[in-house]
Amino acid sequence: MSLTESFRQRTTPQLQLGNRFRALPRSAKWSLSALLIAALYLTPYWPDVPVLGWIINTPGTSFENVLTDQIMMFILVALGLNVVVGFAGLLDLGYVGFYAVGAYTTAVVTSGQFTLPWIAALPLSVIMAMIAGVILGTPTLRLRGDYLAIVTLGFGEIIRITANNSNWLGGPRGISKIARPPSIGPLQFGVLNAKPYWYLGFTVILIVIFVLTRLENSRVGRAWAAVREDEDAAELMGVDTFKFKLWAFAIGAAIGGLAGSLYASKVGFINPDNFQLQLSILFLAAVVLGGTGSMYGVIMGGFLVAWIPERFRGFSTRRYFVFGVVLVLVMVFRPQGIIPRRGAAAGIAKKGESDV
Amino acid sequence: MSHWLIYRTFWDLTVSGIVLGLIYALVALGYTMVYGVLRLINFAHSEIFMVGTFGVLISLTKVFGISLFDDGQYPYRSGFVLVAILVCSIIAAMVVSGAGAIVLERTAYRPLRGAGDAYGAVVLAFLTGLIASFLFSDHIMTNLAIAAVITGPVSFGYVRIFRRGRQAPRLAFLISAIGSSMAMAEAVATWGPEQRSVYTTPRVLEKKVLFNFLGADVRIDYVIVAIGAILMMTSLLLFVNRTRLGRGIRAVAQDAETARILGVNVNSVILVTFLLGGAMAGGAAMMFTLVYDQTRFNIGFLLGVKSFTAAVLGGIGNIKGALLGGIVLGLAENYGSSIFGGQWKDVIAFVVLLTVLMFRPTGILGESLGKARV
Amino acid sequence: MSEVLLSVDQVTMQFGGVTALDNVSLHINKGEILGLIGPNGAGKTTCFNVITGVYAPTSGTVTFDDKSLLGLKRFQITKRGIARTFQNIRLFPDMSAVENVMVGVDAHSKTSVVGAILGIPRSRREETESRERAHELLKFIGIDEYAEVAARNLPYGHQRRLEIARALGTNPKLLCLDEPAAGFNPAEKQELNELILKIRDQGYTVLLIEHDMNVVMKISDRIAVLDFGRKIAEGLPHEIRDNPDVIAAYLGVPDDAA
Repeated sequence: MSLTESFRQRTTPQLQLGNRFRALPRSAKWSLSALLIAALYLTPYWPDVPVLGWIINTPGTSFENVLTDQIMMFILVALGLNVVVGFAGLLDLGYVGFYAVGAYTTAVVTSGQFTLPWIAALPLSVIMAMIAGVILGTPTLRLRGDYLAIVTLGFGEIIRITANNSNWLGGPRGISKIARPPSIGPLQFGVLNAKPYWYLGFTVILIVIFVLTRLENSRVGRAWAAVREDEDAAELMGVDTFKFKLWAFAIGAAIGGLAGSLYASKVGFINPDNFQLQLSILFLAAVVLGGTGSMYGVIMGGFLVAWIPERFRGFSTRRYFVFGVVLVLVMVFRPQGIIPRRGAAAGIAKKGESDV
Repeated sequence: MSHWLIYRTFWDLTVSGIVLGLIYALVALGYTMVYGVLRLINFAHSEIFMVGTFGVLISLTKVFGISLFDDGQYPYRSGFVLVAILVCSIIAAMVVSGAGAIVLERTAYRPLRGAGDAYGAVVLAFLTGLIASFLFSDHIMTNLAIAAVITGPVSFGYVRIFRRGRQAPRLAFLISAIGSSMAMAEAVATWGPEQRSVYTTPRVLEKKVLFNFLGADVRIDYVIVAIGAILMMTSLLLFVNRTRLGRGIRAVAQDAETARILGVNVNSVILVTFLLGGAMAGGAAMMFTLVYDQTRFNIGFLLGVKSFTAAVLGGIGNIKGALLGGIVLGLAENYGSSIFGGQWKDVIAFVVLLTVLMFRPTGILGESLGKARV
Repeated sequence: MSEVLLSVDQVTMQFGGVTALDNVSLHINKGEILGLIGPNGAGKTTCFNVITGVYAPTSGTVTFDDKSLLGLKRFQITKRGIARTFQNIRLFPDMSAVENVMVGVDAHSKTSVVGAILGIPRSRREETESRERAHELLKFIGIDEYAEVAARNLPYGHQRRLEIARALGTNPKLLCLDEPAAGFNPAEKQELNELILKIRDQGYTVLLIEHDMNVVMKISDRIAVLDFGRKIAEGLPHEIRDNPDVIAAYLGVPDDAA
């Protein structure tokens, strides 16, 4: 076999960093994490820091808004899509559909005839997205990988077109006056100050990371990984593959819906153009660019995909060209993504389906 | 909208549906063949189609000097001249698309297979130089000059990295495809004269109604599309089934590793596959502009998605399946949008796909490129 | 008389026009090693695949522990107590050795998604037990020092052993080994023989497909022979050795008798 070469375990700087962190005493770990989290909560202030500010600030647009409208959403979505693509190995090209379901649920139930409070709309959106995931997954998860890709892609389009053609969803004009989160004391969720949305969003991101870490390190995560690596073998080892794939789909969808709901209540106005098919592609790019299956990788990927085009606005319309070329270059030179999944060997495509 | 409408226009819908379906089918061939040999959804194939339409546009306006404004009068374009123009523009499109497909494979896919070579390295190095140059200048000539200077040394570096030769995971190919698709479309949108606007392609011939088929008007451009598409597909089938290279394609599709051991040059087979797929997309591009008279930087995206749907519908990897899937999809879209309204056209395509996959999980004709059936 | 654990009754398996199994019946007693042998293409692996639910037989029945296995999904059959290894190794390559085994052990885990998220005591306990059991099994087959190594990076022989450990993880009543000695040198084969006997002595029942007659003859309690999809003999090792049909099948003499 010509694959012997790729058997060599690759150690990356990130892995070494991770190992060094794990080797620290418990107290050091806790204080380091606390410091990091505190620093991240203060991200809206980063542009004011010398050097870092120059690197991170987005010329021509408010960094705060980029952070809450783009980066925050992309990180959440990347975390959710990573459950489907990274953990369970299912290729989903229509993830924007769940994002849209979440956003539209929040929009419909908080504006117009219904005026549910935001605090009720959020979980409702998550549940609706989850139901959409189950409805889509039940018939389609029996399909093989690439068929699933095209079917999910279709689903994403169907959701958008339905929104475009349904009056009760606002049609092409969309829905406005979507409820904002209730203000608590100094946390005023208004139009002018985006910072509170980041505090809220980052908290949500932390919760999602916590939940997903629990799942990843449990029997559920192992079942997903087994399905990803060899679905037939997994089933013959007693893994109810369909059930776990459906769970991956549902959890991924729920997180997508959560992101959509937060987005809708931040911007206050949505229309079908916010949910173009291209967005699904960018979501997937975030996951793979960061490192499929690696939670910190996809956070990095989500950040980069949202941030690069804004940071390099100076490139004006050329920025998507630049982004496309960057995607190719990263895949050519770092195919496992920027921060690869632990244990991911350097290379070897997933084996095709073969007889057992 | 209403049911009687479909009865009155049924044959009209059928004729235009088949024409649309044939274009889908030609583009679908590229998806299906590449999928057959590489198990890769060549997402950038839609852009190969797109550059083909621009190949047509340039050959018509720049080479033949046909202006946009001389429609209605086609006196000098009849008989031999007309045929010559049509043939030359389709060849131009096939060359542009075929070349585009080869550059794509060499640059964006081959390095991921751990077989990167100097050609890919040069293109990648040039692109690296180009995007780096944006940091210093907004002037395209300056950018190109900087890129050209950078290309040399950087490509040497890239070739060294390529020597490590690792096979990337499948998803990496897909993202590389998405990246190149984006880069190609955006390049046209950025540096094309009309940028993001619609380009109208000049009319080569008057779209006269040739004959009437059960009440449906059959226009001359429809007939050209039908003849052209059938000719192209037949020659492709003959090529794949009868020639040595075609056998190579089938062998690699069936089992790349065994084919390699048996002495098939897998990389050149893949290159030929991309070339053929690209040429088919180029043909489709010419026919598309012939029928619809326009193009745009993002013309490929939705058409590409539909064509891939057609490929899956017929059974991916299956050449005849692409034809069948394309026609089924074209018809379904036309009938469907007349029943439910044009705004649901794209939904119908996917609902048809979903329904077919529920009952035949590998498409109507099943997967096959490597199998005996083809 | 010993108790029957699994019985395959008049199973026929056709693929298109090809008959891979033709009216095959065999049974496995509790606590024995049954060797299933036959020339290439005789239908051994197909037989395996019918037993483990990969294929639904065209006709015939498969009964395990007095209950029919037909119509059950593959993972349900595994939970009933049949586990297997693969002729061409199919581990989960990016997962560590211990995680590979844990996937098997998890077959009987009750932890749900919600339980895992909330970290309820049962799921924590099961997690610890699963890891402990996996390490136990790795020790049992002798590769515990490689527990944290990704399966793809293990030496070939260890990968084969790891497959056995993973199958044992599902706590099977019947362990099906598909050519476990493929690619082994004589010394390794000897070690494997000892391992299989040890597994049997732990109370597992073993169904063994093997090419190498020496291995099968040495450790099987009984042997069944397949040729061209039909069972041509069944009996004790020495009976099989002297059976003219078997000799003919192995020497390639066309036989229409059987």
